[in-house]
Amino acid sequence: MGAARGRRSGGRSSEAAPVSEIDEIVGEFLVESYENLDRYDEDLLALERDPKDTEVLGSIFRTIHTIKGTCGFFGFANLEAVSHVAENLLGKLREGELVVTKEIANALLATGDALRGMLSDIEATGEEGERDNADLVATLERLHAGAPVADDVPVVTEAPASDVGEDVAIDEDAAPVTDDEEPPTPRLGDLLIEQGLATPEDVALALHAQELGDKRPLGEILMDQSKTPADEVDQVLASQANARGLAESSIRVDVGLLDELMNLVGELVLARNQIVQLVTEDQDSSFASASQRLNLITTELQEGVMKTRMQPIGNVWNKLPRVVRDLALSCGNQVELVMEGQETELDKTIIEAIKDPLTHLVRNAVDHGIEPVERRIAAGKPETGRLVLRAYHEGGQVNIEIADDGAGIDPTRLKAKALEKGLITAQQAGNMGEREALQLIFNAGFSTAAKVTNVSGRGVGMDVVRTNIERIGGTVDVHTELGVGTTFKVRIPLTLAIIPALVVTSQGDRFAIPQLNLLELVRLEGEQARNGIELLHGAPVYRLRGRLLPIVRLDDELDHTRRDDGREVINIVVLQADGHQFGLVVDDISDTQEIVVKPLGGHLKDATLFAGAAIMGDGRIALILDVLGIAQRARVVSQARERSSALSDQDVVAAVDSDRQTLLLVGVGDRRAAVALSEVSRLETFDASTLEWAGGHEVVQYRDEILPLVRLGDAIGVYGTTAGEGPLEVVVHQVGGRPVGIVVDSILDIIEQELHLDDGDGRPGLLGSAVIQDRVTDVLDVAAIVANVDPARFASDAFLGA
Amino acid sequence: MADNEYCTFRLDRLTFGIEVHQVQEVIRPQPLTGVPRSNSVVAGLINLRGQIVTAIDLRKRLELPERPEGEEAMNVVVRTPEGEVSFLVDEIGDVVHVDETTFETPPDTVQGIARELITGAYKLEDRLLLILDVLKTVQLPATV
Repeated sequence: MGAARGRRSGGRSSEAAPVSEIDEIVGEFLVESYENLDRYDEDLLALERDPKDTEVLGSIFRTIHTIKGTCGFFGFANLEAVSHVAENLLGKLREGELVVTKEIANALLATGDALRGMLSDIEATGEEGERDNADLVATLERLHAGAPVADDVPVVTEAPASDVGEDVAIDEDAAPVTDDEEPPTPRLGDLLIEQGLATPEDVALALHAQELGDKRPLGEILMDQSKTPADEVDQVLASQANARGLAESSIRVDVGLLDELMNLVGELVLARNQIVQLVTEDQDSSFASASQRLNLITTELQEGVMKTRMQPIGNVWNKLPRVVRDLALSCGNQVELVMEGQETELDKTIIEAIKDPLTHLVRNAVDHGIEPVERRIAAGKPETGRLVLRAYHEGGQVNIEIADDGAGIDPTRLKAKALEKGLITAQQAGNMGEREALQLIFNAGFSTAAKVTNVSGRGVGMDVVRTNIERIGGTVDVHTELGVGTTFKVRIPLTLAIIPALVVTSQGDRFAIPQLNLLELVRLEGEQARNGIELLHGAPVYRLRGRLLPIVRLDDELDHTRRDDGREVINIVVLQADGHQFGLVVDDISDTQEIVVKPLGGHLKDATLFAGAAIMGDGRIALILDVLGIAQRARVVSQARERSSALSDQDVVAAVDSDRQTLLLVGVGDRRAAVALSEVSRLETFDASTLEWAGGHEVVQYRDEILPLVRLGDAIGVYGTTAGEGPLEVVVHQVGGRPVGIVVDSILDIIEQELHLDDGDGRPGLLGSAVIQDRVTDVLDVAAIVANVDPARFASDAFLGA
Repeated sequence: MADNEYCTFRLDRLTFGIEVHQVQEVIRPQPLTGVPRSNSVVAGLINLRGQIVTAIDLRKRLELPERPEGEEAMNVVVRTPEGEVSFLVDEIGDVVHVDETTFETPPDTVQGIARELITGAYKLEDRLLLILDVLKTVQLPATV
C-alpha cells in the first residue's frame, strides 16, 4: 500500500497549501471514490456469484482501503470509521476466515451506500454530515466477529485482520489472495536489473545523469551507453506499460473542453477544404503535397476528437446489476441479468440521456415482468428469471433491447385498465388491435401494476421513458408474448452532433435528409418516369410494390417553381416519419455523408421544414430537412397497413368514429364522399370499353381476376352521375381477401383530419356526413355498399367456366 | 449607452447606428443560403467560422426599397440573447461619438415599421443618425 502512504505524506505537506488547492484535492478524491464505489458494487455482485474469486476480492479490498487511507488525512473521521470496520471484515474474507454470504454482501453493499452518502455530503458542504452509521458499524463488527469457516484454509495468525491493510504482503504462501495485490508500478530500472539486462550500477549511473539534468528517459540513456540492447528496453517498457493498467493510462477531461475542441476541429476541416480547393487551381507540387498531408491529418484528428466523446454503453449498464439485485430481493423473485454488447459506443450526451429511461425499463422488467418464484414454478419455468440487455449497432443507430422471460403483457388487461381509468372509450377499446393496445403503456397516467410498489407502478414512467427517448431522436417499441416474455426495443442515434445524411438537391440547392428517416431510394426512368406517378387530383401517389405511396415534391414544399413534369428521370426518396411513409421527389441525389448538425437561430422557428443546418465540405450551408415537418405540411399519411389488416370490416366501420382519420375524398355526381383510406387497397382507372357484364354485375378483368363493380351513385342514391364513355375511376376494396371495385366519378384528395359525424339523412351505404374542406361530405359505409356483391362468387372456378 | 459610441451604416439614403457594444463584428459580403418558407425578411444563413448565423435583410425589415440588383450587402453581426444575428446593410460607416443632448425621439419623417424599430435620432451636423433597437429588430413578426 505504498501508494496510499505516499498520498498520506503528500497530504501533510500540502496542509499549508491555499484552500482552493485542498478543495481541488478533495474534489479529485471524491471523483475517484465515486468511481471506485461504482466498481465496488459490481465487484461485490461478482463476488457473490463466485466467492472464490480472489482477484475481485482484492479489488474490493483496495477500494475500501484507499478510501479509508485518503479520508484519514483529510480528517473525515466518520468516513474513516465506517471504512475501517468494513476493511476489517474484508480482511477476514481475504484471509479465507470467512466466506461471502448474502448477509455479508448486503452489509458491504450498505457500506458502499453509506460511504456514498457521506461523500455527497462532503461534496455539498465540504464536511461530512452527521449521518448515524452505528447500526451499520455494529452489523459489520458482528459479521467480522463471526466464526471462521471450518475449511482447510490455513489461518493466518501473524497478522490481525485489522492490520491487513497496512501490511498485505506479509505471508504470500499462506494467503495466496495477496498475489493480486496491486503493486506500485515497477520502475524500469528495477525491471531491467531483475531481468539481468542491466547492472544496478548502470542504472544508478543513468539515474544520476537524469538528476543532473539529462532529460532523456532512463531506457534511452542506457541504450546510448550501450549498456542495454534497444529491443530489450522496448520489451521491458511494454511490460511496464501493461502493469500500469487502465487506471493510469486514462485521464479525466472536462466535456466542455471536448466540445470546444470539436468546434475547433470543425473549423479546421473547413479551412482544410478551402486549401485543398486552392491546390487544384494552383499546381505547385510542394504546396500540393503539404496540403495533402494536412488533409489526411485533419481527417484523422476529426475522427479522433469525435471518438473522445464516445463511451461504451457499459458505463450506464454497470449500475444495473445492483439495481436488479436489490429490486429482485425486495420483490421476492430471482433474476439473472445478462448483458451483451457492453462495448457498443455512443456519444456521451446520449449516454446521459438514456440512463434514466433504461434504468426504468429494467426496473419495470424486474418488478412487473419477471414473476415471483412460485408463479414461475407453477408455469413450468426455471425459478430464476432471465433479463437480457443487448446493445448493437445497426444502420448508423444503436439498438438496445431489454428482454425478460416473464409473464408478458396482456393487451386485454391493458385495455380494461385504460378503460377503467378513462383513458379510452369503450368503443376505442373495442376497435383496438393488440399492437395498439400495447402502446397504451406509454400513456401518461397509466400503470398496470396490481399493487403499487416503491419502485414502479406509480403511473409515471413509461410515458416519461418514451418522451425522453424521443427527445434524442430515438424510438421505443414493445413486443410481448403472454407467458413467454416482453422485449422493449430502443433505437437511438449514435450521436446527436454528427449524423449520417443523404444529400439531395432541389433547384440547385442542397438539402440533407437524416438517414434515420430514410427507407429506400426509387429511380424512375423513361416510360416509368412519365407515368409512374399517378396524379389523383392533387394527391399524387406511386405504387411501391403494390402499395400506394403518397408523393410529395420537394420543389413544391420549398416553394420553388416546379420544373416541367416531363423529366426523364424521377428520383423518389422513400421516407418514414412517425410511422407514416411517403415518397419525396427530389431533383437529384448526391451522396450520403456525415454531417454536423447545427441548430437554426430562433428567428427560423416557424421554418418547420428544417431540423437544422450543416456546413458542407465547401463551406456552404445545407439545410437539414425535418421529415416529420414535411409530412405534416404536406399532410401525407399513408395507410397503416398493419392496422387495417388487423381489423375486421366491422372494426373499420366503427373506427370511423375515432379521432383522426385518413380519408380518400371522391366525387360522385355533384356530391363529395369520403372513405377511410384504410378501406382502400388500390386506386385503379379502367377504360370504359373494358366493361363486361357477369352475374348481374358490371365487371372488369383485373390482375387475372374478375373484379365486380358497384357504382357508388347507384349505391347511395345519388343520381345524375355521368355514365359516359370516359375512363372509370375505381376504388378497390377487399372483402374476405377478394377485390370489389367501387366506381366513382373522380378521385379528389387524400386528407387527414378529425371526423365529426352527423347522422345524415339515413340513406343506405352512409355512416353519416361530415364537413370536410368546407364542404358537406358523405362518409361511406363501404361494407354496406358492397354488401350485395359476393366477390367470392366471381372467383369460383365454376363461375369462370360458365 | 454610457460611451455613446455607435457603429454606423447606410441603408438606402438613411444612416443608422447600433450601439458599439451590441456589434460583434462587421464582415464583407458572404454567400447566403436561402431558407425556403421562412420569414421574408430572412435573407438566408451565413457561415460565420463554422457557426450558422441568420441574416436579416434590414432593408426589408424596415420596409425600405429593395437593394438594387448586383449590389452586395455587408454584414453587421450583432449579439442577441438568442445568439448572433447578421444584419444586411448597404455600406458600413464609421464608429461615431455622439453628444447626448442632440438626441430626439423619432422624427415624423420616418414612417411605417421603421418608427417602431427606431428609438430616436442624433442630429449630426450633416445628417440624422437613426438609432436602431436591435432587440425589436430581431424579433420578427409572425408570418404566414
